[in-house]
Amino acid sequence: MGFTAMDIRAVVIATIETVAAEQGRALRGLDDHLLLIESGLNSLCLAVIVAKLEDELGADPFGADAALAFPETIGDFIKIYEHALV
Amino acid sequence: MNMPSSRGTCLATLINAAGIHGAADFISDETGEATVLSLADTGRVPGSIERLRGKAVLLALQRQFCAVQAMVMLDGLAGRMILWPADESLADLDAVARSCGADEVITAWPPADLPAHAAAAGDAPGQLPAGCPAIETEWVLFTSGSTGMPKPVVHSLQSLAGHLIGRPAPGGDQPIWCTFYDVRRYGGMQILLRALLAGGSLVLSSPHEPPAAFMARAAAAGVTHILGTPSHWRRALLTPAHRLVSPVYVRLSGETANQAILDQLRAAYPQAALVHAFASTEAGLGFEVSDGLAGFPASLLAGTPFGVELRVQDGTLHLRSTRLAKRLLNQASEAVADADGFVDTGDEVALQGDRYQFAGRRDGVINVGGQKVHPEEVEAVINQYPAVQMSRVSARRSPVIGAIVAAEIVVRPGADGGGLEDALKAFCRAHLAPHKVPASVRQVASLQISASGKLVRARA
Repeated sequence: MGFTAMDIRAVVIATIETVAAEQGRALRGLDDHLLLIESGLNSLCLAVIVAKLEDELGADPFGADAALAFPETIGDFIKIYEHALV
Repeated sequence: MNMPSSRGTCLATLINAAGIHGAADFISDETGEATVLSLADTGRVPGSIERLRGKAVLLALQRQFCAVQAMVMLDGLAGRMILWPADESLADLDAVARSCGADEVITAWPPADLPAHAAAAGDAPGQLPAGCPAIETEWVLFTSGSTGMPKPVVHSLQSLAGHLIGRPAPGGDQPIWCTFYDVRRYGGMQILLRALLAGGSLVLSSPHEPPAAFMARAAAAGVTHILGTPSHWRRALLTPAHRLVSPVYVRLSGETANQAILDQLRAAYPQAALVHAFASTEAGLGFEVSDGLAGFPASLLAGTPFGVELRVQDGTLHLRSTRLAKRLLNQASEAVADADGFVDTGDEVALQGDRYQFAGRRDGVINVGGQKVHPEEVEAVINQYPAVQMSRVSARRSPVIGAIVAAEIVVRPGADGGGLEDALKAFCRAHLAPHKVPASVRQVASLQISASGKLVRARA
Protein backbone atom coordinates (compact mmCIF):
# COMPACT_ATOMS: atom_id res chain seq x y z
CA MET A 1 0.00 0.00 0.00
CA GLY A 2 3.02 2.21 -0.22
CA PHE A 3 3.64 2.70 3.49
CA THR A 4 6.92 1.98 5.18
CA ALA A 5 7.17 1.01 8.81
CA MET A 6 8.77 4.40 9.50
CA ASP A 7 5.84 6.22 7.88
CA ILE A 8 3.38 4.32 9.98
CA ARG A 9 5.27 4.83 13.21
CA ALA A 10 5.39 8.57 12.47
CA VAL A 11 1.66 8.76 11.66
CA VAL A 12 0.67 6.79 14.76
CA ILE A 13 2.84 8.90 17.08
CA ALA A 14 1.62 12.14 15.47
CA THR A 15 -2.00 10.99 15.84
CA ILE A 16 -1.49 10.13 19.49
CA GLU A 17 0.04 13.55 20.13
CA THR A 18 -2.70 15.38 18.23
CA VAL A 19 -5.52 13.62 20.06
CA ALA A 20 -3.84 14.07 23.44
CA ALA A 21 -3.52 17.80 22.72
CA GLU A 22 -7.16 18.04 21.54
CA GLN A 23 -8.38 16.29 24.68
CA GLY A 24 -6.10 18.28 26.96
CA ARG A 25 -4.23 15.21 28.22
CA ALA A 26 -0.57 15.44 29.25
CA LEU A 27 1.43 12.63 27.63
CA ARG A 28 4.27 10.73 29.25
CA GLY A 29 7.33 10.31 26.99
CA LEU A 30 6.19 7.92 24.26
CA ASP A 31 8.58 5.02 24.20
CA ASP A 32 7.71 1.57 22.98
CA HIS A 33 7.57 -0.01 26.43
CA LEU A 34 5.18 2.56 27.88
CA LEU A 35 1.78 1.08 28.75
CA LEU A 36 -1.02 2.81 26.85
CA ILE A 37 -3.05 3.00 30.00
CA GLU A 38 -0.22 4.82 31.77
CA SER A 39 0.59 7.12 28.85
CA GLY A 40 -1.88 9.79 29.91
CA LEU A 41 -4.48 8.68 27.35
CA ASN A 42 -7.90 7.62 28.58
CA SER A 43 -10.25 5.16 26.84
CA LEU A 44 -11.98 7.93 24.91
CA CYS A 45 -8.61 9.17 23.56
CA LEU A 46 -7.70 5.65 22.46
CA ALA A 47 -11.06 5.30 20.72
CA VAL A 48 -10.55 8.61 18.90
CA ILE A 49 -6.98 7.63 17.92
CA VAL A 50 -8.17 4.33 16.42
CA ALA A 51 -10.91 6.13 14.45
CA LYS A 52 -8.47 8.79 13.21
CA LEU A 53 -5.94 6.19 12.13
CA GLU A 54 -8.65 4.37 10.22
CA ASP A 55 -9.46 7.62 8.40
CA GLU A 56 -5.81 8.48 7.74
CA LEU A 57 -4.28 5.08 7.01
CA GLY A 58 -7.35 3.27 5.72
CA ALA A 59 -6.77 0.44 8.16
CA ASP A 60 -8.87 -0.74 11.06
CA PRO A 61 -6.93 -3.75 12.34
CA PHE A 62 -9.32 -4.24 15.24
CA GLY A 63 -12.41 -4.17 13.06
CA ALA A 64 -10.72 -6.51 10.55
CA ASP A 65 -9.89 -9.09 13.20
CA ALA A 66 -12.43 -9.23 16.02
CA ALA A 67 -10.24 -11.62 18.01
CA LEU A 68 -7.33 -9.16 18.02
CA ALA A 69 -6.80 -8.07 21.60
CA PHE A 70 -6.11 -4.41 22.20
CA PRO A 71 -2.38 -4.04 22.85
CA GLU A 72 -0.95 -2.98 26.19
CA THR A 73 2.09 -0.97 25.11
CA ILE A 74 2.73 1.85 22.64
CA GLY A 75 5.21 -0.37 20.78
CA ASP A 76 2.68 -3.17 20.32
CA PHE A 77 0.05 -0.65 19.24
CA ILE A 78 2.36 0.65 16.50
CA LYS A 79 3.27 -2.91 15.49
CA ILE A 80 -0.38 -3.80 14.91
CA TYR A 81 -0.66 -0.98 12.35
CA GLU A 82 2.67 -1.88 10.76
CA HIS A 83 1.54 -5.47 10.48
CA ALA A 84 -1.75 -4.42 8.89
CA LEU A 85 -0.20 -2.06 6.35
CA VAL A 86 3.36 -2.97 5.42
CA MET B 1 -45.20 -22.39 45.88
CA ASN B 2 -43.04 -20.98 48.62
CA MET B 3 -41.05 -18.31 46.82
CA PRO B 4 -38.43 -16.49 48.79
CA SER B 5 -39.53 -12.95 49.31
CA SER B 6 -38.30 -9.68 50.63
CA ARG B 7 -41.84 -8.43 51.28
CA GLY B 8 -42.45 -7.13 54.77
CA THR B 9 -38.82 -7.17 55.71
CA CYS B 10 -35.76 -5.06 55.14
CA LEU B 11 -32.27 -5.43 53.76
CA ALA B 12 -30.55 -5.59 57.16
CA THR B 13 -32.89 -8.34 58.35
CA LEU B 14 -32.35 -10.33 55.17
CA ILE B 15 -28.55 -10.03 55.47
CA ASN B 16 -28.76 -11.24 59.04
CA ALA B 17 -30.83 -14.29 58.09
CA ALA B 18 -29.02 -17.32 59.44
CA GLY B 19 -26.55 -19.03 57.20
CA ILE B 20 -26.13 -16.43 54.48
CA HIS B 21 -22.96 -14.82 55.75
CA GLY B 22 -19.94 -16.13 57.56
CA ALA B 23 -17.87 -14.02 59.94
CA ALA B 24 -15.17 -13.64 57.28
CA ASP B 25 -17.42 -12.11 54.58
CA PHE B 26 -16.45 -8.52 53.94
CA ILE B 27 -17.14 -5.42 51.91
CA SER B 28 -14.15 -3.29 51.01
CA ASP B 29 -13.19 -0.28 48.96
CA GLU B 30 -10.02 1.72 48.41
CA THR B 31 -10.11 3.15 51.90
CA GLY B 32 -11.37 0.42 54.15
CA GLU B 33 -13.09 -2.81 54.90
CA ALA B 34 -15.89 -4.05 57.15
CA THR B 35 -17.52 -7.40 57.67
CA VAL B 36 -20.91 -7.81 56.05
CA LEU B 37 -22.42 -8.79 59.39
CA SER B 38 -21.15 -5.63 61.10
CA LEU B 39 -22.65 -3.59 58.28
CA ALA B 40 -26.04 -5.10 58.95
CA ASP B 41 -25.73 -4.93 62.75
CA THR B 42 -28.76 -2.87 63.63
CA GLY B 43 -27.22 -2.32 67.05
CA ARG B 44 -24.77 0.06 65.39
CA VAL B 45 -27.46 2.20 63.81
CA PRO B 46 -27.40 5.59 65.44
CA GLY B 47 -30.64 6.09 67.31
CA SER B 48 -30.89 9.62 66.01
CA ILE B 49 -31.17 8.28 62.47
CA GLU B 50 -34.77 7.82 63.56
CA ARG B 51 -35.36 11.34 62.31
CA LEU B 52 -35.07 10.01 58.76
CA ARG B 53 -37.97 7.60 59.34
CA GLY B 54 -40.49 7.89 56.55
CA LYS B 55 -38.52 10.67 54.87
CA ALA B 56 -37.39 10.90 51.26
CA VAL B 57 -33.58 10.87 51.51
CA LEU B 58 -31.31 11.81 48.63
CA LEU B 59 -28.00 10.00 49.07
CA ALA B 60 -25.23 11.65 47.07
CA LEU B 61 -22.15 9.92 48.44
CA GLN B 62 -18.81 9.75 46.68
CA ARG B 63 -17.64 6.58 48.38
CA GLN B 64 -19.55 3.48 47.35
CA PHE B 65 -18.76 1.88 50.69
CA CYS B 66 -20.61 4.67 52.52
CA ALA B 67 -23.50 4.37 50.10
CA VAL B 68 -23.78 0.68 50.93
CA GLN B 69 -23.76 1.43 54.68
CA ALA B 70 -26.48 4.01 54.16
CA MET B 71 -28.64 1.70 52.05
CA VAL B 72 -28.47 -1.06 54.63
CA MET B 73 -29.38 1.32 57.44
CA LEU B 74 -32.11 3.18 55.59
CA ASP B 75 -33.97 0.38 53.86
CA GLY B 76 -37.10 -0.20 55.87
CA LEU B 77 -36.72 3.13 57.65
CA ALA B 78 -36.67 5.85 55.01
CA GLY B 79 -39.75 6.30 52.88
CA ARG B 80 -37.68 6.82 49.79
CA MET B 81 -33.96 6.34 49.10
CA ILE B 82 -32.81 8.34 46.12
CA LEU B 83 -29.46 6.97 44.97
CA TRP B 84 -27.33 9.49 43.10
CA PRO B 85 -24.27 7.76 41.57
CA ALA B 86 -20.78 9.15 42.09
CA ASP B 87 -20.29 9.64 38.35
CA GLU B 88 -23.23 12.06 38.06
CA SER B 89 -22.66 15.76 38.57
CA LEU B 90 -23.16 17.20 42.04
CA ALA B 91 -24.02 20.51 40.39
CA ASP B 92 -27.45 19.09 39.57
CA LEU B 93 -28.12 18.00 43.14
CA ASP B 94 -30.58 20.75 44.08
CA ALA B 95 -32.65 20.14 40.98
CA VAL B 96 -32.61 16.40 41.60
CA ALA B 97 -33.68 16.90 45.21
CA ARG B 98 -36.61 19.05 44.10
CA SER B 99 -37.73 16.79 41.28
CA CYS B 100 -37.53 13.67 43.44
CA GLY B 101 -39.28 15.23 46.43
CA ALA B 102 -36.27 14.79 48.73
CA ASP B 103 -36.75 15.90 52.35
CA GLU B 104 -33.05 15.49 53.14
CA VAL B 105 -29.90 15.60 51.03
CA ILE B 106 -27.05 13.60 52.51
CA THR B 107 -23.54 14.01 51.10
CA ALA B 108 -21.55 12.36 53.92
CA TRP B 109 -22.25 9.15 55.78
CA PRO B 110 -22.77 8.87 58.59
CA PRO B 111 -24.21 12.39 58.34
CA ALA B 112 -22.14 14.89 60.27
CA ASP B 113 -25.00 15.64 62.61
CA LEU B 114 -25.53 11.98 63.40
CA PRO B 115 -22.91 10.37 65.63
CA ALA B 116 -21.57 7.01 64.46
CA HIS B 117 -23.06 5.50 67.59
CA ALA B 118 -26.15 6.71 69.35
CA ALA B 119 -25.00 9.26 71.85
CA ALA B 120 -27.76 11.73 72.39
CA ALA B 121 -29.35 11.44 75.80
CA GLY B 122 -32.66 9.71 75.66
CA ASP B 123 -31.89 7.87 72.48
CA ALA B 124 -32.54 4.21 72.48
CA PRO B 125 -29.17 2.45 72.29
CA GLY B 126 -29.28 2.41 68.56
CA GLN B 127 -31.77 -0.38 68.10
CA LEU B 128 -34.19 -0.20 65.24
CA PRO B 129 -37.68 -0.98 66.46
CA ALA B 130 -38.25 -4.70 66.93
CA GLY B 131 -39.65 -6.50 63.95
CA CYS B 132 -38.20 -3.86 61.65
CA PRO B 133 -39.86 -2.41 59.68
CA ALA B 134 -43.25 -1.10 58.82
CA ILE B 135 -42.05 0.87 55.84
CA GLU B 136 -41.52 -0.51 52.35
CA THR B 137 -38.81 1.86 51.21
CA GLU B 138 -38.89 3.12 47.64
CA TRP B 139 -35.52 2.69 45.94
CA VAL B 140 -34.96 5.37 43.30
CA LEU B 141 -32.27 4.63 40.72
CA PHE B 142 -31.29 6.81 37.79
CA THR B 143 -31.01 5.83 34.18
CA SER B 144 -27.53 6.59 32.91
CA GLY B 145 -26.90 10.11 31.68
CA SER B 146 -28.71 11.21 28.54
CA THR B 147 -30.05 14.57 27.50
CA GLY B 148 -31.12 16.71 30.39
CA MET B 149 -31.53 15.05 33.73
CA PRO B 150 -31.13 11.31 34.24
CA LYS B 151 -34.58 9.77 34.72
CA PRO B 152 -35.50 8.67 38.26
CA VAL B 153 -36.95 5.15 38.30
CA VAL B 154 -38.76 3.73 41.34
CA HIS B 155 -38.00 0.19 42.48
CA SER B 156 -38.60 -1.74 45.68
CA LEU B 157 -36.31 -4.19 47.44
CA GLN B 158 -38.64 -6.87 46.08
CA SER B 159 -38.33 -5.78 42.44
CA LEU B 160 -34.55 -5.39 42.77
CA ALA B 161 -33.76 -8.48 44.80
CA GLY B 162 -36.76 -10.81 44.87
CA HIS B 163 -35.14 -13.10 42.31
CA LEU B 164 -31.78 -13.18 44.13
CA ILE B 165 -32.81 -14.20 47.62
CA GLY B 166 -31.79 -17.71 48.49
CA ARG B 167 -30.30 -18.26 45.07
CA PRO B 168 -26.71 -19.39 45.44
CA ALA B 169 -24.01 -17.63 43.48
CA PRO B 170 -23.11 -19.25 40.19
CA GLY B 171 -19.87 -21.20 40.40
CA GLY B 172 -19.47 -21.85 44.08
CA ASP B 173 -20.12 -20.90 47.67
CA GLN B 174 -18.90 -17.73 49.34
CA PRO B 175 -17.91 -15.89 46.18
CA ILE B 176 -15.83 -12.74 46.39
CA TRP B 177 -17.55 -10.35 44.03
CA CYS B 178 -16.05 -7.28 42.53
CA THR B 179 -17.68 -4.61 40.42
CA PHE B 180 -16.24 -1.91 38.22
CA TYR B 181 -19.77 -0.61 38.15
CA ASP B 182 -21.20 1.88 40.62
CA VAL B 183 -23.56 -0.05 42.90
CA ARG B 184 -26.13 2.73 42.48
CA ARG B 185 -26.48 1.78 38.82
CA TYR B 186 -28.84 -1.10 38.14
CA GLY B 187 -26.09 -3.53 37.04
CA GLY B 188 -23.90 -2.77 40.04
CA MET B 189 -26.91 -2.90 42.37
CA GLN B 190 -27.61 -6.45 41.21
CA ILE B 191 -24.09 -7.50 42.24
CA LEU B 192 -24.33 -5.68 45.58
CA LEU B 193 -27.63 -7.38 46.37
CA ARG B 194 -26.34 -10.77 45.25
CA ALA B 195 -23.35 -10.43 47.56
CA LEU B 196 -25.50 -9.23 50.46
CA LEU B 197 -28.41 -11.64 50.04
CA ALA B 198 -26.92 -14.79 48.56
CA GLY B 199 -23.67 -14.81 50.52
CA GLY B 200 -20.11 -13.82 49.88
CA SER B 201 -17.97 -10.70 49.91
CA LEU B 202 -17.72 -7.63 47.72
CA VAL B 203 -14.83 -5.46 46.55
CA LEU B 204 -15.98 -2.00 45.43
CA SER B 205 -14.27 0.36 43.01
CA SER B 206 -13.69 4.04 43.63
CA PRO B 207 -14.63 6.67 41.07
CA HIS B 208 -11.10 7.82 40.21
CA GLU B 209 -9.15 4.67 40.92
CA PRO B 210 -6.90 3.58 38.02
CA PRO B 211 -7.87 0.16 36.60
CA ALA B 212 -4.46 -1.32 37.42
CA ALA B 213 -4.78 -0.33 41.09
CA PHE B 214 -8.33 -1.70 41.26
CA MET B 215 -7.31 -5.01 39.67
CA ALA B 216 -4.38 -5.31 42.08
CA ARG B 217 -6.70 -4.68 45.03
CA ALA B 218 -9.25 -7.16 43.70
CA ALA B 219 -6.51 -9.74 43.25
CA ALA B 220 -5.23 -9.20 46.79
CA ALA B 221 -8.77 -9.74 48.06
CA GLY B 222 -8.96 -13.05 46.18
CA VAL B 223 -11.79 -11.99 43.90
CA THR B 224 -13.68 -14.83 42.19
CA HIS B 225 -16.64 -13.10 40.46
CA ILE B 226 -16.23 -9.86 38.47
CA LEU B 227 -18.77 -7.55 36.83
CA GLY B 228 -18.15 -4.74 34.39
CA THR B 229 -19.50 -3.17 31.24
CA PRO B 230 -17.80 -4.23 27.99
CA SER B 231 -16.02 -0.86 28.12
CA HIS B 232 -14.83 -1.47 31.68
CA TRP B 233 -13.48 -4.81 30.52
CA ARG B 234 -11.76 -3.41 27.44
CA ARG B 235 -10.04 -0.92 29.71
CA ALA B 236 -9.09 -3.58 32.25
CA LEU B 237 -7.58 -5.78 29.55
CA LEU B 238 -5.29 -2.90 28.60
CA THR B 239 -3.45 -3.24 31.88
CA PRO B 240 -1.19 -6.22 32.59
CA ALA B 241 -2.79 -6.17 36.06
CA HIS B 242 -5.75 -8.05 34.56
CA ARG B 243 -3.55 -11.14 34.76
CA LEU B 244 -3.38 -10.84 38.54
CA VAL B 245 -6.93 -12.19 38.90
CA SER B 246 -8.26 -15.56 37.84
CA PRO B 247 -12.02 -15.28 38.27
CA VAL B 248 -14.35 -18.27 38.00
CA TYR B 249 -17.17 -15.99 36.85
CA VAL B 250 -16.98 -12.99 34.52
CA ARG B 251 -20.09 -10.93 33.90
CA LEU B 252 -20.84 -8.13 31.46
CA SER B 253 -23.84 -5.83 31.45
CA GLY B 254 -24.81 -2.24 30.70
CA GLU B 255 -23.80 -2.26 27.05
CA THR B 256 -24.08 -4.69 24.19
CA ALA B 257 -21.34 -7.30 24.49
CA ASN B 258 -19.94 -7.93 21.02
CA GLN B 259 -18.14 -11.08 19.99
CA ALA B 260 -14.73 -9.40 20.12
CA ILE B 261 -14.85 -8.60 23.83
CA LEU B 262 -16.37 -11.98 24.64
CA ASP B 263 -13.55 -13.71 22.73
CA GLN B 264 -10.91 -11.56 24.42
CA LEU B 265 -12.30 -12.37 27.87
CA ARG B 266 -12.51 -16.05 26.99
CA ALA B 267 -8.83 -15.94 26.02
CA ALA B 268 -7.83 -13.96 29.13
CA TYR B 269 -9.85 -16.10 31.57
CA PRO B 270 -10.28 -19.54 29.99
CA GLN B 271 -11.36 -21.04 33.31
CA ALA B 272 -14.22 -18.59 33.91
CA ALA B 273 -17.93 -18.85 33.21
CA LEU B 274 -18.58 -15.95 30.84
CA VAL B 275 -22.01 -14.36 31.15
CA HIS B 276 -23.51 -11.30 29.53
CA ALA B 277 -26.74 -9.96 30.94
CA PHE B 278 -29.44 -7.85 29.40
CA ALA B 279 -30.93 -5.41 31.87
CA SER B 280 -32.19 -1.87 32.08
CA THR B 281 -33.06 0.35 35.01
CA GLU B 282 -36.73 0.38 34.02
CA ALA B 283 -37.14 -3.25 32.96
CA GLY B 284 -34.77 -4.77 35.49
CA LEU B 285 -32.78 -7.89 34.74
CA GLY B 286 -34.07 -9.42 31.52
CA PHE B 287 -31.94 -12.45 30.85
CA GLU B 288 -28.43 -13.83 30.91
CA VAL B 289 -26.50 -15.47 28.10
CA SER B 290 -23.75 -17.90 29.06
CA ASP B 291 -22.71 -19.63 25.82
CA GLY B 292 -19.98 -17.09 25.09
CA LEU B 293 -21.71 -15.85 21.95
CA ALA B 294 -22.95 -12.31 21.26
CA GLY B 295 -26.70 -11.73 21.06
CA PHE B 296 -29.17 -14.23 22.48
CA PRO B 297 -30.83 -17.43 21.27
CA ALA B 298 -34.21 -16.86 19.61
CA SER B 299 -35.47 -19.78 21.70
CA LEU B 300 -35.54 -17.45 24.73
CA LEU B 301 -38.71 -15.96 23.27
CA ALA B 302 -40.51 -19.27 23.46
CA GLY B 303 -40.38 -19.82 27.19
CA THR B 304 -39.99 -17.76 30.33
CA PRO B 305 -36.32 -18.21 31.15
CA PHE B 306 -35.22 -16.17 34.16
CA GLY B 307 -38.92 -15.55 34.80
CA VAL B 308 -39.15 -13.06 31.97
CA GLU B 309 -41.38 -12.99 28.92
CA LEU B 310 -39.73 -11.56 25.84
CA ARG B 311 -41.29 -10.38 22.63
CA VAL B 312 -39.99 -8.56 19.59
CA GLN B 313 -42.38 -5.92 18.39
CA ASP B 314 -41.63 -3.63 15.45
CA GLY B 315 -38.03 -4.76 15.66
CA THR B 316 -37.49 -3.78 19.28
CA LEU B 317 -37.23 -5.93 22.36
CA HIS B 318 -40.09 -5.82 24.88
CA LEU B 319 -40.10 -7.66 28.17
CA ARG B 320 -42.32 -8.42 31.13
CA SER B 321 -41.29 -9.76 34.53
CA THR B 322 -41.67 -9.21 38.26
CA ARG B 323 -38.47 -7.19 38.17
CA LEU B 324 -39.92 -4.19 36.34
CA ALA B 325 -39.63 -0.83 38.04
CA LYS B 326 -42.81 0.37 39.76
CA ARG B 327 -43.01 3.71 38.03
CA LEU B 328 -41.08 6.75 36.92
CA LEU B 329 -40.82 9.74 39.23
CA ASN B 330 -41.86 13.17 38.15
CA GLN B 331 -42.22 12.39 34.44
CA ALA B 332 -45.01 13.28 32.05
CA SER B 333 -46.09 9.66 32.21
CA GLU B 334 -45.24 7.58 35.23
CA ALA B 335 -45.96 4.31 33.45
CA VAL B 336 -43.03 1.97 32.93
CA ALA B 337 -44.97 -0.69 31.06
CA ASP B 338 -47.71 -0.77 28.42
CA ALA B 339 -51.27 -1.99 29.06
CA ASP B 340 -50.10 -5.61 28.78
CA GLY B 341 -47.39 -5.07 31.34
CA PHE B 342 -44.52 -5.13 28.84
CA VAL B 343 -41.66 -2.63 28.89
CA ASP B 344 -40.44 -1.39 25.53
CA THR B 345 -36.66 -1.42 25.97
CA GLY B 346 -36.05 0.65 22.83
CA ASP B 347 -33.29 -1.79 21.89
CA GLU B 348 -33.50 -2.92 18.29
CA VAL B 349 -32.77 -6.57 17.57
CA ALA B 350 -32.31 -8.44 14.31
CA LEU B 351 -32.74 -12.17 13.79
CA GLN B 352 -29.62 -13.76 12.29
CA GLY B 353 -29.97 -17.52 12.00
CA ASP B 354 -31.25 -18.78 15.33
CA ARG B 355 -30.02 -15.80 17.36
CA TYR B 356 -31.08 -12.24 17.86
CA GLN B 357 -28.31 -9.64 17.67
CA PHE B 358 -28.58 -6.15 19.13
CA ALA B 359 -28.72 -3.54 16.39
CA GLY B 360 -28.61 -0.22 18.23
CA ARG B 361 -31.29 1.96 19.78
CA ARG B 362 -34.55 2.89 18.11
CA ASP B 363 -34.10 6.45 19.35
CA GLY B 364 -30.60 6.51 17.82
CA VAL B 365 -29.00 6.93 21.24
CA ILE B 366 -25.28 6.21 21.03
CA ASN B 367 -23.73 4.26 23.89
CA VAL B 368 -20.21 5.62 24.35
CA GLY B 369 -18.61 3.36 26.91
CA GLY B 370 -21.85 3.14 28.88
CA GLN B 371 -22.66 6.86 28.63
CA LYS B 372 -25.63 7.71 26.46
CA VAL B 373 -25.47 10.36 23.77
CA HIS B 374 -28.53 11.65 21.93
CA PRO B 375 -27.60 12.51 18.33
CA GLU B 376 -30.03 15.45 18.39
CA GLU B 377 -28.15 17.12 21.24
CA VAL B 378 -24.86 16.97 19.34
CA GLU B 379 -26.49 18.05 16.06
CA ALA B 380 -27.99 21.06 17.83
CA VAL B 381 -24.50 22.23 18.82
CA ILE B 382 -22.95 21.52 15.42
CA ASN B 383 -25.77 23.37 13.68
CA GLN B 384 -24.96 26.51 15.66
CA TYR B 385 -21.59 26.66 13.94
CA PRO B 386 -21.77 29.37 11.29
CA ALA B 387 -20.28 27.38 8.39
CA VAL B 388 -22.59 24.40 8.91
CA GLN B 389 -25.84 24.12 6.97
CA MET B 390 -26.99 20.85 8.52
CA SER B 391 -25.59 17.80 10.20
CA ARG B 392 -26.26 14.20 11.07
CA VAL B 393 -24.73 12.43 14.04
CA SER B 394 -24.48 8.69 14.33
CA ALA B 395 -22.60 5.93 16.10
CA ARG B 396 -19.29 4.71 14.82
CA ARG B 397 -18.16 1.33 16.10
CA SER B 398 -15.13 1.42 18.38
CA PRO B 399 -13.03 -1.52 19.54
CA VAL B 400 -12.13 0.47 22.66
CA ILE B 401 -15.41 1.83 24.02
CA GLY B 402 -18.12 0.19 21.93
CA ALA B 403 -19.07 3.28 20.00
CA ILE B 404 -17.97 6.83 19.41
CA VAL B 405 -19.80 9.82 17.97
CA ALA B 406 -19.39 10.56 14.27
CA ALA B 407 -20.78 13.56 12.41
CA GLU B 408 -21.58 14.27 8.79
CA ILE B 409 -21.96 17.91 7.86
CA VAL B 410 -23.23 19.85 4.89
CA VAL B 411 -21.25 23.07 4.54
CA ARG B 412 -23.23 26.28 4.08
CA PRO B 413 -23.05 27.57 0.49
CA GLY B 414 -20.23 30.06 0.18
CA ALA B 415 -18.61 29.02 3.47
CA ASP B 416 -14.99 27.92 3.47
CA GLY B 417 -14.77 24.20 4.18
CA GLY B 418 -10.99 24.25 4.62
CA GLY B 419 -9.85 23.31 8.14
CA LEU B 420 -13.49 23.16 9.14
CA GLU B 421 -13.33 19.72 10.77
CA ASP B 422 -10.81 20.71 13.43
CA ALA B 423 -12.46 24.06 14.10
CA LEU B 424 -15.84 22.39 14.47
CA LYS B 425 -14.49 19.78 16.87
CA ALA B 426 -12.94 22.54 18.97
CA PHE B 427 -16.33 24.31 18.97
CA CYS B 428 -18.04 21.10 20.11
CA ARG B 429 -15.48 20.57 22.87
CA ALA B 430 -16.36 24.00 24.24
CA HIS B 431 -20.07 23.12 24.34
CA LEU B 432 -20.31 19.39 25.00
CA ALA B 433 -19.01 16.78 27.43
CA PRO B 434 -15.91 15.02 26.00
CA HIS B 435 -17.72 11.76 25.15
CA LYS B 436 -20.34 13.70 23.13
CA VAL B 437 -17.81 15.48 20.90
CA PRO B 438 -17.66 13.90 17.44
CA ALA B 439 -14.51 11.84 17.05
CA SER B 440 -14.77 12.26 13.31
CA VAL B 441 -16.36 14.90 11.09
CA ARG B 442 -16.99 14.24 7.43
CA GLN B 443 -18.21 16.74 4.85
CA VAL B 444 -21.00 15.43 2.59
CA ALA B 445 -22.79 17.06 -0.32
CA SER B 446 -26.25 16.52 1.13
CA LEU B 447 -28.20 14.66 3.82
CA GLN B 448 -31.41 12.86 3.02
CA ILE B 449 -34.67 14.23 4.37
CA SER B 450 -37.73 11.98 4.56
CA ALA B 451 -41.19 12.82 3.19
CA SER B 452 -42.22 13.85 6.71
CA GLY B 453 -39.36 16.35 6.79
CA LYS B 454 -37.14 14.43 9.16
CA LEU B 455 -33.50 13.62 8.79
CA VAL B 456 -33.15 10.06 7.53
CA ARG B 457 -31.03 8.21 10.04
CA ALA B 458 -28.98 5.24 8.93
CA ARG B 459 -29.80 2.19 11.00
CA ALA B 460 -26.99 0.18 12.43
